[in-house]
Amino acid sequence: MTQLVIERLSASYGPAPVLVDVDLEVRRGEIVSLIGPSGSGKSTLLRVLVGLLVPAAGSVTVAGRPIDYRSRRELKAVRDRIAIVFQQYNLFQNMTALRNVTIAPTVVKRRPTAAVTSEAEALLAKVGLADKIKSYPDQLSGGQQQRVAIARALALKPEVLLLDEVTSALDPELVGEVLDTIRLLAGEGMTMLIVSHEMGFVREVADRVVFMADGRIVEVGPPEQIFDEPKAQRTREFVSRILRH
Amino acid sequence: MMSGIIAEIPEFFSYYNVIFLGKAFLYTTAMSFVGCTVGFAAGFGLAVMRHERIFRSFVLRWLAIIYTEIFRRIPFLVKLMCVFFAFQLLGADVSMFTVAVTTVALSAAAFASENVRAGLESVHHNQWDAAEAMNLGGLTALRRVVLPQAWRVIIPPSMTYSVGLVKSTSIASQIGVLELTYAAKVMTNKGFSAFLCYGTILVLYFVLCFSLNRFAAWLEERLDPTRHRAA
Repeated sequence: MTQLVIERLSASYGPAPVLVDVDLEVRRGEIVSLIGPSGSGKSTLLRVLVGLLVPAAGSVTVAGRPIDYRSRRELKAVRDRIAIVFQQYNLFQNMTALRNVTIAPTVVKRRPTAAVTSEAEALLAKVGLADKIKSYPDQLSGGQQQRVAIARALALKPEVLLLDEVTSALDPELVGEVLDTIRLLAGEGMTMLIVSHEMGFVREVADRVVFMADGRIVEVGPPEQIFDEPKAQRTREFVSRILRH
Repeated sequence: MMSGIIAEIPEFFSYYNVIFLGKAFLYTTAMSFVGCTVGFAAGFGLAVMRHERIFRSFVLRWLAIIYTEIFRRIPFLVKLMCVFFAFQLLGADVSMFTVAVTTVALSAAAFASENVRAGLESVHHNQWDAAEAMNLGGLTALRRVVLPQAWRVIIPPSMTYSVGLVKSTSIASQIGVLELTYAAKVMTNKGFSAFLCYGTILVLYFVLCFSLNRFAAWLEERLDPTRHRAA
């Protein structure tokens, strides 16, 4: 079943177009990875989906319902279904790990604190941070912060999880723990759009890989196609450049 | 000379004079406190009005900017006169004290607006992004996420400015408001030594401003989001 349909989506920052006529369908439970050079629009696509940038044209349909990103109400509804994890984690610096996870369910959804707290504790345990629930973001390593951010996104019970270069800001030895967490979610059938530069990881977890350049989708295919036998010249150049080192 | 001043002391601190000075001290305090409180609240509102992550109204933003930029640049005495004549033009019969408090509030609003703006900007925009993506509304994000991180930037300059305003209230003596400086003038005219008169209000100004600084330090400590952390 189709979870997400993106049609002829365009967006711009001021006069500069950053997304041009993007078409993409994502099935429920599918893991789609977005790769491409920086400035190709991968992160922008995720920001548009979660309503942080209003699209200039095109349509997005989530679980069969078209979304009007100009409507506040629909924007709220779409954010109940789609959660995002950022490159810089963006944890609330003034709150403990636990509070970061519980704030949206308690304050936005007004669910009872006790239930939310035990769920949040379970989520933090799941990402391997049971002993860090009372720590503040600046007391945690980058990898730990990113795992808290993943737990925080999961607490929203999203249907689709967007991961925006979640390992790019991490020290190399911390990348593994975050990737393990994502593997865990992949095993549970979470629908994910993953922007990543970890090509080995993308090849391993992605059902399909989308190669983007200059705000457009250049090529879409299974990882074997994109990495081993890319059809487009632009993809070939990119893949040969990143796989060389 | 010194012995003459010392001889004046008992008479200077007579019952009537102490009441008079106390009253002046209270007026200076009230003028500063009411003016700064109202002004800070208004300035806070202005800073929120012009913040693009909270309100997206172009009109509100520019109104707030214009007010802030103009009122930050006018000397206190000029503002005082303008407020005085503005009340007259409006035909409002208000006390000089009201004129002075209004001027303090208008000045404080402009400066507080700028301090609060700087504080809000000091918090990384990615905090707003995360809040927005989680459906926390602009004002909720402000209250629960951004402000707790912004106080440490907002409070020190605001308190420095408030101390400055306490000192500026002495200018209100120009339009005949009974406050410390005016009281000193009156006492000097009565024949008391200027050294004694101004020396006394100097101490009182110091007490007031020093208390304000202690209050600021306490507030900063209280609003520090890290204060509950285990070492």
